[in-house]
Amino acid sequence: MQAEAKHTDQEVKHAEHSEFVSFTVAGQAFCLKITQIREIRRWSPVTILPHAPADVLGVMNLRGAVIPIYDLSARFGLQQTEASERNVVIVVSVHGKPVGLLAESVSEIISINPDDIQDTPPVDSRNTMEYIQGIISHDDTMVRIINLDAVISAPEQVMP
Amino acid sequence: MSGSIQDTFFEECEELLEATDEGLTAIEGGDHDPETVNAIFRAVHSIKGGAGAFGLDDLVAFAHRFETVFDEVRAGRMELDAKLIQLLLRSSDQLSALVEAARDGGEIDEAHNDTLLAALDEYIPEEEEDLTFEPMGLGAPAPVADLGIVPEAPAEPQEETYRIRFQPLKEMYGTGNEPFFLFQALKDMGDLTVKLDENELPGFDAMDMSESYLAWDITLVTKDSRSIVEAVFEFVEGLCELSIDGEGDAEAEANALAALDAMFSAPDAPPAADTTEGEAPAVPFEPPVPAPEPEAKPAPAEEKASAPKAESGKQEQRGGPKPTLRVELERVDRLINAVGELIINHSMLAQQIANLDVSDTRDVETELEGFKNLARDIQEGVMAIRAQPVKPLFQRMARIVREASAATGKTCKLVNEGENTEVDKTVIERLSDPLTHILRNAVDHGVEKPEDRETAGKSKVGEIRLSASHRSGSVCIEIKDDGAGVNRPRVKQIAIEKGLIPENAELTDGEIDNLLFAPGFSTAKEVSNLSGRGVGMDVVKNAVTGLGGRINISSTPGKGSTFTIILPLTLAVMDGMVVSVADQTMVVPITSIVETMRGSDDMINSLGADGTLLSIRGNFVPICDVAGSLGLYRESDRQAGVYLLVETETGQRCALAVDDIHDQRQVVIKSLDGVCGEIAGVAAATILGDGKIAMILDPESIIAASPTAAAFDTERRMSNAS
Repeated sequence: MQAEAKHTDQEVKHAEHSEFVSFTVAGQAFCLKITQIREIRRWSPVTILPHAPADVLGVMNLRGAVIPIYDLSARFGLQQTEASERNVVIVVSVHGKPVGLLAESVSEIISINPDDIQDTPPVDSRNTMEYIQGIISHDDTMVRIINLDAVISAPEQVMP
Repeated sequence: MSGSIQDTFFEECEELLEATDEGLTAIEGGDHDPETVNAIFRAVHSIKGGAGAFGLDDLVAFAHRFETVFDEVRAGRMELDAKLIQLLLRSSDQLSALVEAARDGGEIDEAHNDTLLAALDEYIPEEEEDLTFEPMGLGAPAPVADLGIVPEAPAEPQEETYRIRFQPLKEMYGTGNEPFFLFQALKDMGDLTVKLDENELPGFDAMDMSESYLAWDITLVTKDSRSIVEAVFEFVEGLCELSIDGEGDAEAEANALAALDAMFSAPDAPPAADTTEGEAPAVPFEPPVPAPEPEAKPAPAEEKASAPKAESGKQEQRGGPKPTLRVELERVDRLINAVGELIINHSMLAQQIANLDVSDTRDVETELEGFKNLARDIQEGVMAIRAQPVKPLFQRMARIVREASAATGKTCKLVNEGENTEVDKTVIERLSDPLTHILRNAVDHGVEKPEDRETAGKSKVGEIRLSASHRSGSVCIEIKDDGAGVNRPRVKQIAIEKGLIPENAELTDGEIDNLLFAPGFSTAKEVSNLSGRGVGMDVVKNAVTGLGGRINISSTPGKGSTFTIILPLTLAVMDGMVVSVADQTMVVPITSIVETMRGSDDMINSLGADGTLLSIRGNFVPICDVAGSLGLYRESDRQAGVYLLVETETGQRCALAVDDIHDQRQVVIKSLDGVCGEIAGVAAATILGDGKIAMILDPESIIAASPTAAAFDTERRMSNAS
């Protein structure tokens, strides 16, 4: 935990008041740094990848590029999302590659002071813990900051 | 162009080293053309020159020794015997190593370097030792400097007189151009005299106010070149009648021509001069003299060469330096991507038009067909840019074989065939490692020791044949050695020891041979320097399949083994059959489909608990349900009724059951690398006309993953084993 907290500090401290985009996944509030997000698109049916794990929805055509779409909810160990037109795909860039993340809906852009970020208190849900970098309180709700590297680098190991 | 001058030097080195290798290989093969020796000498000399300019001392020292020996040969003072050729070949390898070390900052094997230097020294007569050379800049073409013919550097530009006749058309005034400004620009360049020629001016009555009648005769004395003078009139090009004659023109042209001549023909000079007169390469080169006709001028080469068209002839013979353009690969790839999009765009358009509620779309369709053809032309053109002959790769392989032979104490020669076969650049790059591995193996395990070869009644020198050819839309690369062939009992024993196969497995010869590709298989009894570094042929196989190709081995005991690598011609497009499987649209490569058919119930025969066979004209082939194999859930319970008959590598046939066939079209291959891990049954993806992504299937692995069909293949093995 110590190491993780340190990591968080370094990541966020150099930029005072970073902008984050908050969105909901399975009814919970999450957020990503705005600079990590390339675009937000409405959900449209994807092409299924055979033998893919439950949290990989498939691939999508993003202006000629084939990008994988992950179901964040399933990834966090929550229930699988029944994707519909109302849902959004957040396109992020991880390790220089575009990746789509399915979220329920996008809420707003919030400005966060790095000092306000709290460490994730240990809870008995390892799956989620790995993916959360820290939490903040915004408008009396808890918003979880996603550790994108953990979310995206992990699947490669899981998949055969 | 990116990169510094030094990068350019190293790029040139690549070409020069290639030329050296090529020449040496030719000489080894019995080529006695003095021009070949000269070509090598020039190449080595150019490397030395460039290396000198960059202070690469090791490289200079080595190249110098190497070159000196060649100088002896070329002067006819030394005979090229087999021993010397071997030394030269190894020196050429060392030269490459030195260049690489200089470029990448790596270490060189000092001891090896010194041995070679000493060996080279033996061939160098004492008095020749002090041959000096001067480092040269890269700007001048290397061979030119070689002869001391530095093309007259425009040190102090000469004053030249240009006579310009300038007659504007009325359109020039129409575009708002003003002669005065042009004159002013000329005046800035030097001494200007402008004379108005109003001879064409008609009488006042006949004058058309919008017409242009005036002309000027201009005399300009300037130090600037003709092109700069011409540039002044750039904006009125086509809007005036213009002629520029310069006194200096003839001279300038002659200069340029002389320089060109020097570049192309002069290097041919010393051979002639040397062989006939036995002189050092100092061929006096008369400074370029004004010559109106290029043919009149040329360098000594032309005179010495008896054949009238020697120049062009020679160049063609040598495969002459065709004009080339170095372009960043990324730019080409961007273009390829764009063309890919264009093709996708075309199919989208076609689909849209088909969906239109218009009765007559013939005209549009005709145009669309034209669009399609153009797009294909562009695509082929762009793909051709990426295609490169396998020659450099093959030449590098010769080096691998030499090194491997030296390390194992065997003598092997590599015979290359089909060097000019063109293959996609990526394929060439990624083939290097697998080929290296196969060739090392061929030397290490394939070819026998010289004494064993003799006992077997073979020539002491092992022969490894490396050939490339195009074979119906794919590239075939073959590595054939004349060694002992696969030691099947030994291979089998090792496979059993390593637990790859059950102890009592009955395998066919082909199956045993293919065990070489099994992961974790390595036959080297002791870990040698060459092979057996923990990586085996399975790595080779992975590399080849990674390129969308496949590899096969066939072997005859006592006669040798052949590795055959079949690769797709391009990595970007392929012809595919669009099918639907479990409500998903997918593409099956046409190349693997033998036949398609719609099946009826009476064609399906059950075998065992859940095996099904399709009867085709009396033959039974196992059915492989694609959806099942891909683990896809079919919503409707509809039985797949369409079959694609495919043939696997091993010649086994299998009927792939799909829901429907839609179309046959060219698809752009989008790699799934980095998008997700390897998916069994899927080779890549493509984007269809509707913008949707479709998986490109890999029939081979679908069959392997299918419970029934795979069982059919492995059944024998398993039943034999248990």
